[in-house]
Amino acid sequence: MAINPHNRKPLKILSALAAVTLGLYGLLFAVSTWGDAQWQPKLGLDLEGGTQIVLKPVLIGNAKVTNEQLTQARDIIVQRVDANGVAGAEVTTRNSQDIVVSMPGTPDKATEDAIRKSSQMRFRPVLAAAPGTNQPAPTTTPSGTATGTGTATGTATPGSEIPTATGTATTAKSGLPGAFVKGTTEPTPGATATPGATATTGAVTPTTPATKPVDGSDLAYVTDALAKQFQELDCSKPGVLDGLEDIQDQPLVTCTDDGAEKFILGPVEVRGDQIKDAVAGYVPLSNGQPSSQVEIRLSFNSSGTKDFGTVTKRLVNLPDPRNRFAVTLDSKVLTAPVAQAAILDGQASITGQFTIDSARDLANQLKFGALPLSFTLQTRDQISPTLGSEQLRMGLIAGIIGFALVFLYSLAQYRALGLVTVLSIVIAAGLTYVAIALLGWSHNFRLDMAGVTGLIVAIGVTADSFIVYFERIRDEVREGRPLRAAVDTGWRRARRTIFAADGVNFLAAFVLYLLASSNVRGFAFTLGLTTLIDLLVVVLFTHPLVAILSGTKFFGGGHKWSGLDPERLGAKAHKARYAGRGRVAMPKTASAVSDGSAL
Amino acid sequence: MINFAALGNDLYTGKRSIDFVGRYKRWYALSGVFCAIAIIGLVWHGLNLSLEFRGGSEFRVSSVTNSTNYESRAKDAVGTIPTAGAAEVTKVGTSTIRVQTEKLNEDEIRSVQSALAGEFKTSTNDVSASFVGPSWGASVSQQALKALAVFLALVSLVMAIYFRTWKMAVAGLVALLHDLFITVGVYALAGFEVSPATMIGFLTILGYSLYDTVVVFDKVRENTNEALGNGRMTYSQAANLAVNQTLVRSINTTIVALLPIASILVIGFLYLGPGTLLDLALALFVGIAVGAYSSIFIATPLLVHLRLKEPAVADLEKKATRYQSRHGGVVSSSDAAPVPHEPDAEELAAAGSDRESVSATARSGGVVRETHKYATSGPRNQPKRPPKSRR
Repeated sequence: MAINPHNRKPLKILSALAAVTLGLYGLLFAVSTWGDAQWQPKLGLDLEGGTQIVLKPVLIGNAKVTNEQLTQARDIIVQRVDANGVAGAEVTTRNSQDIVVSMPGTPDKATEDAIRKSSQMRFRPVLAAAPGTNQPAPTTTPSGTATGTGTATGTATPGSEIPTATGTATTAKSGLPGAFVKGTTEPTPGATATPGATATTGAVTPTTPATKPVDGSDLAYVTDALAKQFQELDCSKPGVLDGLEDIQDQPLVTCTDDGAEKFILGPVEVRGDQIKDAVAGYVPLSNGQPSSQVEIRLSFNSSGTKDFGTVTKRLVNLPDPRNRFAVTLDSKVLTAPVAQAAILDGQASITGQFTIDSARDLANQLKFGALPLSFTLQTRDQISPTLGSEQLRMGLIAGIIGFALVFLYSLAQYRALGLVTVLSIVIAAGLTYVAIALLGWSHNFRLDMAGVTGLIVAIGVTADSFIVYFERIRDEVREGRPLRAAVDTGWRRARRTIFAADGVNFLAAFVLYLLASSNVRGFAFTLGLTTLIDLLVVVLFTHPLVAILSGTKFFGGGHKWSGLDPERLGAKAHKARYAGRGRVAMPKTASAVSDGSAL
Repeated sequence: MINFAALGNDLYTGKRSIDFVGRYKRWYALSGVFCAIAIIGLVWHGLNLSLEFRGGSEFRVSSVTNSTNYESRAKDAVGTIPTAGAAEVTKVGTSTIRVQTEKLNEDEIRSVQSALAGEFKTSTNDVSASFVGPSWGASVSQQALKALAVFLALVSLVMAIYFRTWKMAVAGLVALLHDLFITVGVYALAGFEVSPATMIGFLTILGYSLYDTVVVFDKVRENTNEALGNGRMTYSQAANLAVNQTLVRSINTTIVALLPIASILVIGFLYLGPGTLLDLALALFVGIAVGAYSSIFIATPLLVHLRLKEPAVADLEKKATRYQSRHGGVVSSSDAAPVPHEPDAEELAAAGSDRESVSATARSGGVVRETHKYATSGPRNQPKRPPKSRR
């Protein structure tokens, strides 16, 4: 069967929409079969219930929690929860002491930890380093003579086949891939890899007189007591660092995250709150392709940039291990790379033992700031929905009734064109459903009661696009255009209006999503989603369908029930119109026209 | 049902016309009344903020053995203490009931504890009481307000660029604030509780109100641009015609948007009683109705007033008056439409009584444009080439 050439383009557009819809449903099918997605949209805290976590602040000694601290902690926790998606969690304080986080679903351990970790990041110069455990390592002698340094070569270090892991202080034993390279992470030749801290306790001389230290790297900080504490520290023992007092202007004896190495660190040189932004990503290779190595790129604010520049400049000229700069997170060393050059632009990147997920969590924590307190998990309970199930049921029933009313009204107003409206709304509903289910999987988007109501309201806004369009077509028919021309001109004009109005709505969604928090963010998400789908449906479905229909006899001929009857619309009388191929279409009798306008 | 198609025809052609712009005093006064009602609502009742904003008391009834119908039972028990307000009941774990109420004092806490213990047949020791802080605290509100301010600034900019006049942005924003204020006022008057969901409802109205105004303004822009081009209509006439021409669309859109919300409102009222659903539906119903009203009755007249003093618009005023006195003072869609078109006799005869109506004979006696003589002389004569023989 030959296709009417007028219908080719609309049919192409319609098949594109069909492809998009099928693609989305296919994706949902795929991720629900092989992934952890589900066919139903995820529901919010008020409709589905969730988990309630009570966090208790860890207080050392007789310290008290102030209200500001608690409010600050609450705000930071809200930001962290928001960074996990648009789930709509509730964070409150209780008895001016605890923080109660209620979130939908069951968060896994990692999410929980990410929420409550203090995430104090600090940068301290290394004064001394040694392997984490006091095993009979031949080179680690308590007497502290400098032995065994400077023997390891870069090529021999594990992990050096990754170009960016070069220039790191890697312990030959643990293979701790810690790199602290300039922001852009230019790959440096492998040979520059410095010998690790295989046995570098030589720097610690127990007899150092307690003179006043000049700078953070001054060994005068290492007192006898500190050296003793350092020697006795065994990082492999669990809980060895509990109760560690981390005071900013005092040196610190601590271990790495995995206990492979232990350090004496100088006082804090750069603080975490001097970090302006943190982004997690993969280290790029020299050809620009991402490698599998995960890094966190930091940029400091102006004071941070200055401090960081000063310290790196000083460290470059110091002997190993004092040329290393340790990054501590909650008093544990994350990584302690060698400063290879003074970093003056305030850009740095940390590589360590991250997965991309843990790096993202950490980057978020750094960005939103450290909690003023540490928290322990007190209780963790399932909670029931705050709204009864009847609210959702009744809401859905009301939505269906409302939709039926819209259907009847459209039919009454637009006759057969009303069917197009209803069909468009059904398509929009189908797309919204799959989008919400998919976003629930990818962004942890959850529908709460306000969201459901928002979707019901969206019926009205979506229908409006069609109404604007149909009224424009009718206006053109009234001007005396034949239907096919009326559809084209009407569309051109309606499109502008629809784009402008939807553009404003989308702007609202975008700004609110970026700047607001918790519930408002969820709302912005729903608004943006429905606006996009509205645009998609009117461009890819309603217009092509009407264009095709305008070629049919029923609509194009202006049947009484088509909703586009020129007589009923009071189209103006044409003077004789050239109809092509030498034919002239004569106007209908004048009486018919005037009857039409008097309807 | 009213025949909107026919009404639409008449409104479109200008056969029937409602004077939206001219009778601005009436609409402004009406809005004044609405705003007064809103102010009364806000002053008299005030906004009844929910627990999420203010914090409150929380009770936990632990080791409950029989937790069937826990929600209504707990609500009934708390209901005996009048100051507790509407309780929010949740089940925590398997055997703990959490009840949140207004902030209570010591004595009230004790009576709520004993009421809950009596209801769930546990001892008062199993009912713990604590204070909870707000989950929608000051910082959330602050952030939302900041986002709102940024958004309003941006949207004004976008509208000013799109419509090429900042006055449309101003009129749109005034309409928006008008809608929000009246909605919040009516909400306060109804005495419903303002929950986070209500806030979301208010934000939805913000989006809807802007959307509606942009649709109406787009038609106003189209008509007034045409009028500025051909000088046949004054600015206010063109704007008024635009509102008339989009009136059917506005009515249809509003009804379509209100139908689902009305059904929520009715069902919520009949079967559910106060709750998130009813709160939201009320806020949205009022907001959308007011939003549609303001785009037509407030934003457009305001826009005309703002622009009336502009030299171009004042110039148009003179030009159009001259044109109309020449052509019989009739405004019709064809004057706004890009295609020049002579109005028919029937339309002219049926023109509204408040306008100068002109008979067909008077019109035929009017100015008839003379055709240039070249145009009447048929196809253009090409210079003739002398025949070959004569060259």
